[in-house]
Amino acid sequence: MTSTDREVEFPARRPGEAFPPPAYAGFRERDGLVRTRLPSGQPVWLVSRHADVRAVLTDPRISANPANPGFPKVARTGGVPTQQDIPGWFVGLDPPDHDRYRKVLIPEFSVRRIREWRPAIQATVDECVDALLARGGSADLVADFALPVPSRIIATILGVPHDDRAFYESRTRTLVSISATTDEQRTQAARQLQRHIARLIAIKRKWPGDDLISRILATGVLTEQELSGVVMLLLIAGHETTANNIALGVVTLLAHPDRIGDDRMVDELVRLHSVADLVAMRTALADVEIGGELIRAGEGIVPLIAAANHDEAVFECPARFAPERAARGHVAFGYGVHQCLGQNLVRVEMECVYRTLFTRVPTLHLTTPVADLPVKYDGTVFGLHALPVAW
Amino acid sequence: MLIKADTGRCVGAGQCVLSAPDIFDQDDQAVVTLLEREPGESLDLVLQAADRCPAGAISLEDGSAG
Repeated sequence: MTSTDREVEFPARRPGEAFPPPAYAGFRERDGLVRTRLPSGQPVWLVSRHADVRAVLTDPRISANPANPGFPKVARTGGVPTQQDIPGWFVGLDPPDHDRYRKVLIPEFSVRRIREWRPAIQATVDECVDALLARGGSADLVADFALPVPSRIIATILGVPHDDRAFYESRTRTLVSISATTDEQRTQAARQLQRHIARLIAIKRKWPGDDLISRILATGVLTEQELSGVVMLLLIAGHETTANNIALGVVTLLAHPDRIGDDRMVDELVRLHSVADLVAMRTALADVEIGGELIRAGEGIVPLIAAANHDEAVFECPARFAPERAARGHVAFGYGVHQCLGQNLVRVEMECVYRTLFTRVPTLHLTTPVADLPVKYDGTVFGLHALPVAW
Repeated sequence: MLIKADTGRCVGAGQCVLSAPDIFDQDDQAVVTLLEREPGESLDLVLQAADRCPAGAISLEDGSAG
């Protein structure tokens, strides 16, 4: 095979086309990997098979640090922050620097700790359903429900005072709505949030509470500046991704009402929708063989999360919604040391959301045909801009 | 067959607890702990936990609990 044979057009998402992009199936079938150029012109490797994506995400010779020159930058604006931009932005750190953050944070997101949060999560979901119903007989399920739920829940876990939650919610929404806001608006929102977080940390230092910020402060492992970056990351990381999962999940479940309540449905929904398709970028630090292909030191790697989660070798009829397949081997939350810290929170959140929403709003239905829903084709995260519903 | 859980590799994702809650638990630091040393009838679930652990911290070794 010559090098031009495996060079493909960047698989951009296009209106009217299915997601994941149909081209992914062809990538998986080829020998080795495929090369492409990002919209910026930067050449990168695309990794599409489940086993190969897992191999990339667990190989110690492959780095998640965006400061590496070859690191793929697919975001339309802004680029990916680095540790230099925001101290505490630990998703961009490799072991052993990453270990300190992960170790101090994982107790806050263990299976047991998240179970302890369940009553508070349920109460927040109930409040958000109350607010939705108060809108009358119709709403935009994205703006009026799917975005507020994860934002309020992470604010509760962090220990943001009740009166400040609306501020945090509006600023993080500005930050995550890449297609609806300007760079200037996002920069301003980030500055306002950073100031607010610094003040919040100072308050927790003086008057500790039963919350994440107080407990991390008590460990003394992170500096206040590092903790500030961690809080910023936690506010943003689970916000838009979870909201997209909630909204797309509602669309899928409305088409499969018999599966509502199946406790395996959440992992199958996150596998099926794979909203974080383009977020696990990497760079090779040494020559590495992946999927029968030699990746040279310094080259950029794009693991296609949605391609891996639709690999027929692992998931039979991958486009079908099948909760009985017990899909937890998916890579929708990533894999390796950077696997989503909040995954157990997302599971409980989504369970509470669907059970509560479909129980309390049994007549919930879409008011726009599925084919006409405004889908996010730009940005790095897949989802819906809006989901018009009525009841 | 013995279950091996490498606490040095564990990243606290909790996948093992979700796969086989009768075999695996997380301590106060969210690090894996073993409730049982042998898989017994839960062999399939232990293999599932090993596959899903994002850090490759779980394995099975030949040998007996003695």
